[in-house]
Parts: sequence; C-alpha cells; structure tokens
Amino acid sequence: MHKSIDQINERIRDGTARVVTAEEMPAIVAELGELGALKEVDVVTTGTFGAMCSSGAFLNFGHAEPPIRMERIWLNNVEAYGGLAAVDTYIGATQQSDTLEEQYGGAHVIEDLVAGKSVELRASSRGTDCYPRRTITTDLLLEHFNQAIMCNPRNAYQRYNAATNSTDRVLHTYMGVLLPNCGNISYSGAGVLNPLSNDPKLRLIGSGVPIFLCGAQGMVIGEGTQHSPAGGFGTLMVTGDLKEMSQDYLRAATMTGYGVTLYVGLGIPLPVLDLDVVRATAVRDTDISVDLLDYGVPSRNRPALRKVTYADLRSGVVEINGEEVRTSSLSSFRKARQVAGELKHWVETGNMQLTLPTRLIDSKKPVKPMHQSVKGPRVLDIMDRQVVSIGQDEEITTAAKKLLKGDTNHLPVINKDNILVGIVTTFDVSKAVANPGKAHLVRDIMKKKVITTTPDEAVDIAVQKLEKNNISALPVVDGGHHVVAMLTAIDLGKLFGGRWLK
Amino acid sequence: MKLLVTFSRKKGRKPIIAQVVRDTGVLINVERAIIDSSEGEALIDVPDDQCQLVRDTMISLGANVHLLEHGISVNESECVDCGACISICPREVFSLDSDFKLKLAEEKCVLCGKCIEACPQQALMLPL
Repeated sequence: MHKSIDQINERIRDGTARVVTAEEMPAIVAELGELGALKEVDVVTTGTFGAMCSSGAFLNFGHAEPPIRMERIWLNNVEAYGGLAAVDTYIGATQQSDTLEEQYGGAHVIEDLVAGKSVELRASSRGTDCYPRRTITTDLLLEHFNQAIMCNPRNAYQRYNAATNSTDRVLHTYMGVLLPNCGNISYSGAGVLNPLSNDPKLRLIGSGVPIFLCGAQGMVIGEGTQHSPAGGFGTLMVTGDLKEMSQDYLRAATMTGYGVTLYVGLGIPLPVLDLDVVRATAVRDTDISVDLLDYGVPSRNRPALRKVTYADLRSGVVEINGEEVRTSSLSSFRKARQVAGELKHWVETGNMQLTLPTRLIDSKKPVKPMHQSVKGPRVLDIMDRQVVSIGQDEEITTAAKKLLKGDTNHLPVINKDNILVGIVTTFDVSKAVANPGKAHLVRDIMKKKVITTTPDEAVDIAVQKLEKNNISALPVVDGGHHVVAMLTAIDLGKLFGGRWLK
Repeated sequence: MKLLVTFSRKKGRKPIIAQVVRDTGVLINVERAIIDSSEGEALIDVPDDQCQLVRDTMISLGANVHLLEHGISVNESECVDCGACISICPREVFSLDSDFKLKLAEEKCVLCGKCIEACPQQALMLPL
C-alpha cells in the first residue's frame, strides 16, 4: 500500500487528515500494526527545541539619505558581517557584544527584534562617489527592515553525544557546566521527537520541505554544515521569516564561561507515504543511542566512556563505572512537544500542506576533519631539554643549591627509578629554609600532584594547563613518566619571532 | 526553618553557634558557612518550634539573623524547562514533572547558588 503526497494534501485541505506527533506514533504502530498505522495516520509531526549555535539572520536596512555602503556594522554593539554590500548584513547568533561580552550577543539581538524591542544600528564606511555617507546611527524595530530572514547553516542535529568530565576541575562548555570527577552528565536533543531521527534515510526531509521554525512557517534549504548522516549525525540548513517568529520558540542564551547561543524551536511534518515511513517514525528513545564523551580530554577525538540511549539519559541517572551519575538536558523536551503539537495543529487545520523534497539530501556522507597544511607548534618544538631534577630523598639544602646553580625555579623530583614523583619550586624551598622545622628532605616539602605535559602535546593545550592551574612550568614526561624536558613560561617566548608567527 | 546568620569577628572570636547549641540545647544543622578573619555567614536549619529561641539567642550574642522563607526561585517567563540545573544542584532541588515541566523542592535549597551560572536562560535567582 502506498499513499501519494497529493492524497495526503487533499485530506489536509478537507480537514480529515489524521495527524499525530512522533511521540504518539510508536504506540499507534504497536496497537494497529504497521499496515494499520499506515492506513490510519497521514502525517507525523516532529519537534526539537535546543541550543543551535550555528544560527543567524540576514537583514536589509533599506537606504539612508544620503546613502551609505556599510562596511563595519554593529547592532546593540554586537558586530554583524559587513561584506554583503550597501545595506545588507548577517548577524550571527554567537557573536558577542563588544561591551557586555557573553551576557549579550547576536542571539539576544535576534530575540530582542522578535520581542518587538528596538535595536541600535551603528555603521561606518569609507565613503564612495555613489555612497558618500561615512557613518550612521539609528534605532530600528523589526518592522523597519525590508527583510529579516533567519538562515541557519547548521540546525536540528539528528542526535548529539552526551558529555561528562573526568578531570578534577569544573568545565564550562557548550554542553553546559560539567562537574569534576564525572559529577554529572549533560545531553541535548529531543530523541523520539527529533526530525532527522524519524527520517534517517532522508527520504522525506530535503530542499523545499516546509517546516516550523521558531513559530514561523519556514523551509529546509538543504543539508546543513557538518552534515554527517553516515554516523547518524545529519544536520539541516533552514530558513524562515523572522517577522513571523515568536519568542515562545526562540530564546537567546548564555552558556556561562563559554558564550552566547540561540535556542531554536524546529519541527518538520512527515507525510506517511508507505510502510518505510511507518517503520522510521515508530522509533523510540530506546532505539536512539549516542556516545557519552569525556570533555575532560581537550581533543577533537574525545574518548567515549560508554553508549547511552535517550531513554537512559531521560531517566535522570546513568551509570559510569558502577557509579550512578545524574543527567541534565540542555534542550527542552517540553518545548519540543509544544513544537510538534503546534505543527500538528497547523496541519490539522489546513494551515500547512506538505511537499516532497525538490532535491534530496545525501544520506550517506561522512564529515571530514579540517585539512591542516601547517601543524601548530607542539611542546617538543619549544621545550627545554636541559633538565635539572632532584631525588626525593635528598636534603632541602641540596635543592636550594640546585635551584641557584641551575638557574631555574622548578625542580622535578624523581625516585630511584628516575620516575617523576613530585615537584618543588623556589618558593617551597625558601619557605622550608625560612621556617626550619621537621622537614629536612625534599620528599617532605614536594608537591606530589604534578601537572605534566608530553612532547607531542599541542602548545595551546599546555598553555591552558599553565593558566588553569596558575603555575609557570610543566615537566615534560615520556610514556614511562620519566622527565625528558621542562616547559616553562620562558619557553613560550620562543613562539614569538620564531617560525610559528609568520 | 532556615536562618541566615551573619556576625562580625572583629570583637574577638566568639564561638556563637557552639554557644547557642550549648545554651539552648537545640541541635543546629549548619548547611553552609563562609567564615573569614573579619566576618562570618552561616546558613543553619533548626526545627520550626525552636526557631524563635535560637533566633533570640543568636541576636543576644550579637549576630544578625534573617529568616529565610524562600529558596532559589525560577523566573517562569525565562525558564524553558530544559533541566540544565537538575544535575548541578547538590541537594536535588530540581526535577521535571510528568509533563517535563521544571519542578522545585524549595525546602531542600541551601542557597549555594551553583545552579545560577548553569542556567542558560538566566532564569534562576537567589532571594534577598
């Protein structure tokens, strides 16, 4: 059995179409069977509401008198792109205010416009014969723009890996606040309601398909950036008219210590054409699994601690190495339901008819990492191979002598097998000498918890270790924890004037 | 009931909380305390029927006492019910109800404020 898109649209026009949300669909299929569900249901609506950083809007201001070709543009002190000729711009959601930093950004400008608030435009130009004006400042409401078109390069991730943090300090990430020692798990995505999870083969979702975008009737442009359906991480590029959007489904947000983002409500209605659609839309939270990644590892390839399903994540507790860890969602399932519900209402009342894609989206391509023609500096490029170390059973006075003679402020402490066991600084030694007490040996005063780096580590990562721990040197260790070099703040100076700054 | 006790330590280092426990016999639960060289602030939990006694005794010893009737509060128009606060809170104040709406168990809150920076929508506020 097969239903055509025309048959489904005819029922929508008649007001007789049976529309259900993707959350309701699994139970319907379980009750009526696949064929029964195909006969019964005409449209399945999906919805998601979460942080979608890769979002923004094209704005057209109209011409000023005398006219200006705007080259640098700010909206409420948030810089917008000035490379689109005279009076067009693109305001990106994550761009931060020059004055308020992460407390206000492009996402807030967009939300303020949608909320009916006025926004200050400030722009400058060199001035040309055809566009003589050099500067302009004016207050604008959304209605003053000729066009205000949301255009989001990467939205509606099919699913998203969950995050935790194995380090001993709090991390501030785009996945929110991650507590130390795997103290919590953060995740994002609507699972059962997610649009792409209900059409993983991309048969129904493609260019030209009508969608719900922040309360407006929008459209899928095509594949999103970083679209990676091969691994189950498809994305969409979408558009919609900002003037029709509602603050209920569009919210600016700040991830503390990370930056600004935009919460977007997005839903797609799926026509139930055949049994393949029925099977795809019968997906449940238990069927959709993601990796739980350790964000404590500052690499593109973060290690996965385990697999989890959206059902596990939504239960509130997930086990890591036998310990129960609480979960938090960053996206709102309640809002996702509202999106799918509103979309259902649109279709039921004939306010939205469906179309099949005018161009299909590739359902198999993987995403590639960046091609890096120049590798950034690694620790081995700048580390100091002259290591002055000290044994843990040596006298503190020996350490003092070594510090003086070695022209260094840090002494890595090693045991009899030459393995790193601690570190002492000029400060530790001076303190011990100034307050003579029970401590006589290096092992009595050394710091046992040593932050280290490796020769292969990127200098940027090593610098972050120095900064976050408020220290000025890192022992460089090999696989056996032997100290092969030291990296100090002084070595970082080699980056300047050297071959790394061209 | 929760009381926020603030005291100056300039006039010597009186063990105010210990003295109140001894004088009144009420077992005070210290939920949170920040004490430095010049001043101190402690959030204490005491049984409802002995609240007045503890409060009066604290005041007589020179402390300022503020009755905390409210824990953390949520601005409903900003909150989107994501639940980012849920796993951050050390006291399990937050949860989602069966409609996935954010629910607060205000009485568990010790006003540590950890959830405030975890809220992407800046929807959480401390009282006072």
